Amino acid sequence: MTTENLFELKNVAKLFTKGKETISIFEGLNMHIKKGDFMAIMGPSGSGKTTLLNLLGGVDQPSSGEISFDGQRIDNLSESQLAKWRANNIGFIFQFYNLMPMLNAAKNVELPLLLTNLSSSERKKQVATALELVGLSDRAKHMPSEMSGGQQQRVAIARAVVSDPTFLLCDEPTGDLDRQTADEILEMLQLLNSKFGKTIVMVTHDPSAAKYATHTVHLNKGKFVKAEELLV
Amino acid sequence: MKDFYLIYKNLTRKKMRLFLTTFAIFIAFLIFGAIMTLRSALNSGIEMSADNRLVVMHKISFTNPLPYAYVNKVKAMDGVKDVTHANWFGGYFQEPTNQVVTMAVDPESYLSVYPELVVEPEQLENWTKDQSGILIGERIAKANNWQIGDRIPLSSNIFSQKTGGQTWDFTVDGIFKGNDAKVDTGYALIHYKYFNETQAWGGDSIGWLILTTTDPALNEQVSKAIDENFANSNSETKTSTEQAFNKAFIDQIGNIGLIIFGVVFMAFFTILIVVGNTMVLAIRERTNEIAVLKTLGFESSRIFKMVLVESCLLAFLGGLFGIGGAYLIVQGAAKEMARFLPNLILDEAIFGQALIYMLVLGLITGIAPAISALRLNIVTAFSRG
Ligand SMILES: Nc1ncnc2c1ncn2[C@@H]1O[C@H](COP(=O)(O)OP(=O)(O)O)[C@@H](O)[C@H]1O
Ligand SMILES: [Mg+2]
Repeated sequence: MTTENLFELKNVAKLFTKGKETISIFEGLNMHIKKGDFMAIMGPSGSGKTTLLNLLGGVDQPSSGEISFDGQRIDNLSESQLAKWRANNIGFIFQFYNLMPMLNAAKNVELPLLLTNLSSSERKKQVATALELVGLSDRAKHMPSEMSGGQQQRVAIARAVVSDPTFLLCDEPTGDLDRQTADEILEMLQLLNSKFGKTIVMVTHDPSAAKYATHTVHLNKGKFVKAEELLV
Repeated sequence: MKDFYLIYKNLTRKKMRLFLTTFAIFIAFLIFGAIMTLRSALNSGIEMSADNRLVVMHKISFTNPLPYAYVNKVKAMDGVKDVTHANWFGGYFQEPTNQVVTMAVDPESYLSVYPELVVEPEQLENWTKDQSGILIGERIAKANNWQIGDRIPLSSNIFSQKTGGQTWDFTVDGIFKGNDAKVDTGYALIHYKYFNETQAWGGDSIGWLILTTTDPALNEQVSKAIDENFANSNSETKTSTEQAFNKAFIDQIGNIGLIIFGVVFMAFFTILIVVGNTMVLAIRERTNEIAVLKTLGFESSRIFKMVLVESCLLAFLGGLFGIGGAYLIVQGAAKEMARFLPNLILDEAIFGQALIYMLVLGLITGIAPAISALRLNIVTAFSRG
């Protein structure tokens, strides 16, 4: 196993059972993600992009096959081991920001740090750093409802990086934003990748968003395909 | 607990809902505290009555006096251990509303029939020697802030002095306590001899007799013998056990107590449904947020605990206000009702019981939503939203 691969998926299958019906999303899926990658995943709705992110993020588990992260198998971890693993290694960024509405920006950003042994003052310091990184130091005390979509997504990015994970997962992070705001967010992700060495996988529908990534893969009906094949 | 802020924010996120559920729990515990105090006050009289003590009253009513000679006659009867007697003095301090329940008794025999009353030997000796002395109960002493050596004028609303006026001056010679917290100490004792000599009506009469039997098994036999002995005299008697005497009085209120008790449980049942339902709704609304927390790495068991702590906080918030309110009500009522219900105290036992009920309420109303939060699957929660 080469250590430069952060993720390695071998022969991964994912089935969903709905009542009597069984739907196969992936079958024999192989994939690897290099350290320092900024990978964009594109593909039509229902092609399995979110399901793939869930598998990478340890939120869901494959029906069969192996998933390794940094040389360690994660497909056979228990629910509680996975939770700890997520807290230590993954930052999540969602389409609809998913901030806690009753917490202000700073308290939202602090959430992942509640899972660490940091003291209250150390947590505050790290929150301030993360908010500064996304340019929202002056909004620390604002509630999500008092912020624009772009600002909320920047709070979400601060929350994703506050505990300094190596890997960021973004599911359509600009899907709910206008062009200009989307570009700001994408520039920020690009910066996190190039300057802070974060490995990023981003699902997007937007071809111009994919341009910010170092490379793009296309998913169709649970299989990686060439871009041209999708257009047909 | 690092999650406390999160729990607190969840609890208080909807102010109106928080207020209404807290208020509902407040009412339930207000009723609980008041009713349980009433019940324990009613029961304490029965619990505290000695099982070998008999009360001899005039057959017609206990306001009719009995001749003093009955004391020695009863003392001579078989199965009787000690006999004492008491006269109702009434009594108030300065204002008729400021009641001081006072009885005129024979010090030595009275205290031997009521061994649960505890007096320091020195104080007892002083009072026994001092004709115009008064022995006051601890509760009276505290309520009026009276100390040994104080001279207090007590007025009777029944009797007058031979020398005119209805007010006697007494010196506080001692303060009696109970050997148990439930023993009533809300009254005062004066010398029968002194009272009898100074009151204007004259005549050696007593209000009622209290006696102990040598064996509780003899109670019935002795009662019967006493009443038969005085049958066809000018003052026929009615003898009953102290327990029966107290119980007969309490049973009238006791039945009402049972009904109110039912009301308490109805109230709790309603609260359980209302609060339980509110918690279920509150957690269902947060499906997405719980999924986010789990995604970030919060373990299911931790979220389970957070929901339970939240529902318990809610129960304790309303419950403590409720029991506090009940305490204030009881404090107010205790003064008014000291004469009928001397033990109207919201004590540690009731408070402890209330705390347990708060915990139970919190756990019951929180368990279902906590379990659904525990089981919540991230993938399905997000695909639903
Ligand atoms: N929890 C689930 N149970 C059953 N089917 C699911 C579940 N999640 C996703 N699917 C199905 O899997 C397929 C891929 O879904 P998804 O990964 O969300 O696609 P995308 O994100 O590319 O739009 C869809 O057909 C969807 O209906
Ligand atoms: Mg999707």
